[in-house]
Amino acid sequence: MNKVVNSIREAIKLAGLKDGMTISFHHHLRNGDYVLNMVMAEIADMGIKDLTVNASSLFDIHAPLLDHIKNKVVTKLLTDYMSAGIGHSISMGIMDTPVEFRSHGGRPADIELGRTPIDVAFIAAPTSDTMGNCTGKYGKSACGSLGYAFPDAMNAKKVVVITDNLVDYPLIDYSIPEIYIDYVVKVDEIGNPAGIVSGTTKITRDPVGLAMAQMAAKVIKSSGLLKDGFSFQTGAGGATLAAAKFLKEIMIKENIKGSYGLGGITGYMVDMLNEGCFEALLDVQCFDLKAVESIRTNPKHQEVSATHYAGPNAKSAAVDSLDVVLLGATEIDTDFNVNVNTDSNGYIMGGSGGHSDTAAGAKLAMIIAPLSRSRLPIVTDRVNCISTPGRTIDVLVTQKGVAVNPANKELKQRLVDAAIPVKDIHELKAIAESITGVPQKLKKGDKEVAKVIYRDGTLLDTIYNVPVM
Amino acid sequence: MRRSMLFLPGNNPNMIINGDVLGSDSVILDLEDAVSPAEKDAARILVRNTLKYLKFENCEIIVRINSIDTEYWKDDLDEIVPLKPDLIMPTKVSCADDIRTIDAYMSEIEKKHGMENNTVHLIPLIETAMGVENAFEIAKSTDRVVAMFLGGEDLTADLHCKRTKVGNEISYARSRMVSAARAAGIDVYDTPFTDVNDDEGIRVDCELAKSLGFTGKASISPRHVSVINEVFSPSHKDVDYAYEVFEAIKTAKELGKGAIALHGKMIDKPIVERARQVISMYEEIVRRNGGLD
Repeated sequence: MNKVVNSIREAIKLAGLKDGMTISFHHHLRNGDYVLNMVMAEIADMGIKDLTVNASSLFDIHAPLLDHIKNKVVTKLLTDYMSAGIGHSISMGIMDTPVEFRSHGGRPADIELGRTPIDVAFIAAPTSDTMGNCTGKYGKSACGSLGYAFPDAMNAKKVVVITDNLVDYPLIDYSIPEIYIDYVVKVDEIGNPAGIVSGTTKITRDPVGLAMAQMAAKVIKSSGLLKDGFSFQTGAGGATLAAAKFLKEIMIKENIKGSYGLGGITGYMVDMLNEGCFEALLDVQCFDLKAVESIRTNPKHQEVSATHYAGPNAKSAAVDSLDVVLLGATEIDTDFNVNVNTDSNGYIMGGSGGHSDTAAGAKLAMIIAPLSRSRLPIVTDRVNCISTPGRTIDVLVTQKGVAVNPANKELKQRLVDAAIPVKDIHELKAIAESITGVPQKLKKGDKEVAKVIYRDGTLLDTIYNVPVM
Repeated sequence: MRRSMLFLPGNNPNMIINGDVLGSDSVILDLEDAVSPAEKDAARILVRNTLKYLKFENCEIIVRINSIDTEYWKDDLDEIVPLKPDLIMPTKVSCADDIRTIDAYMSEIEKKHGMENNTVHLIPLIETAMGVENAFEIAKSTDRVVAMFLGGEDLTADLHCKRTKVGNEISYARSRMVSAARAAGIDVYDTPFTDVNDDEGIRVDCELAKSLGFTGKASISPRHVSVINEVFSPSHKDVDYAYEVFEAIKTAKELGKGAIALHGKMIDKPIVERARQVISMYEEIVRRNGGLD
């Protein structure tokens, strides 16, 4: 048996791809990914049309996809996240069918439950053997975890591994086993290492961001959850990463031994593991070289699939045991609903990723956001798009004070007792508007450009086109 | 409670609107060196509107104005005094007459706006050799002067020497300032430590200033604020001792004793006053932060 084929084109042919089918991609190569563009160029050249693309995330490097949309090669998109370059075009209404946004947990659930079946999955693998045992830990394009690719590999009708580091059978330290793989293709490069992972992930030096991060760490300390066995997830950006630094200092000073760190993993979480703050890291995606090195060498740093990370259909997922998650927001409203899909002008520039999954699972879901950005208030009466329902958010940390969801009275009292400046969220909105003024209401178009589907399958919100002024 | 004073450029709205979240007990909105001549009017309007519209929590606002040998100082006072900042910081103050000149003009403004005389207080910046030599007279020049602040950078230029991290070149000025301020019964603040990335250096410099008798220290970087606050806060031991002092006084009164001793040492008036200051500062820290770090 030989699974290695000569070209992507041959793999597409052998997989039987036809008009109207669904193909899938994962995003561990992030903004350095060449695979989606290579596959789509081949498909377009073969004259195949009317495809649904189910990609766990889309980055600006995938801009050629916009031409395939215009040429009707792609007529439907399913994704968990879309960066601003692609999002801007989608918001202008270039697709006839609305994009479907899911969360990182909702996507694998719908694949596994047969709601969004995949005909052909393309797995970008930094290393694979000739039978398709593959991993992201090794090779010149190493990205660490391949967590989001597992449900695609396990459920698609046909699975194609594309690698730039083909090794002899058997690859021992594999992530995805050969039992799911139909074809293996060797190419020169699957991605640009500079765009795949950062050299280092640095915390913010912005004094306001640091002030918010310190406040967030103090909220966690005062919540009653920071004790032996503590579990934690944080994002890789701005103030959330800085909060992890301050949290680490508290944990070391008070000799608190946590159980696990979760999520997209940065070097800072690796430091926390190595300094004894956690017993383990559960990693669905690596963000920097330090995380890649750690997952390759440290048995306590464990790769998990998207389903294991956040699947709402799983018998249990790691988010369900999470104590605290720190999350960002482009907007939050007075009911604590959070928008991470669109910017303040209504253009798509993100997506839930694991936002709504971790908020639902964690005992304490915290949003860190400045009160205003670019002269616009971040706290509003109603967010332009609900990405994460307010009922799952416990706390908003801003530079001017902390608002606690009224449903969580015990937490509010704990924070007041710790002299944390707790304010009603309406008061924070008023402070923001006293600085920025009240912005004009956003004008929306009448064409649906995207639907935001919650992890339980219900419709959370609809995004409309941005009208040309 | 004023342990730390953080400089913010008067023409930077993003920094100013968040001035009260950087942990400093006071912010100094700067109309002087941080603002180029072309921006003086814009900065003045921004600082004026900050005082008018923003409510800072747990953070004083001090405005640093241009020196009286410039064309800007009267315009600065015209705009700022009516909005009653916590303090105004006149710069390059060399003698008591400098302060009297400013005081007279401030009185005119206060009268014009129906304000009580001496509503707005001063913290003169002493940054010349002449200023150091006249420090006591400056401190006693008017009732408006409630604190003084040593500026080490301009001073060393005036002294014809190099500013160093160790600071031997300003050791005389530091001691003289502390002595003058304490003799006049006012607070005194130390010059900023200017290496933003030297976390150990700022701590050493703070501890030196505290040991000399400074009330607190200014900073040009938000990164230094937490160390300044920490060093100039009472320790747990200080707080425990202060409460013990009052407990001992209470016990002595109940027993009808005149002389009071604690741990073998007599409790006299300065010890009681110091204990009162420590408890007052501790209670304010608890109110703001929940306790000492």
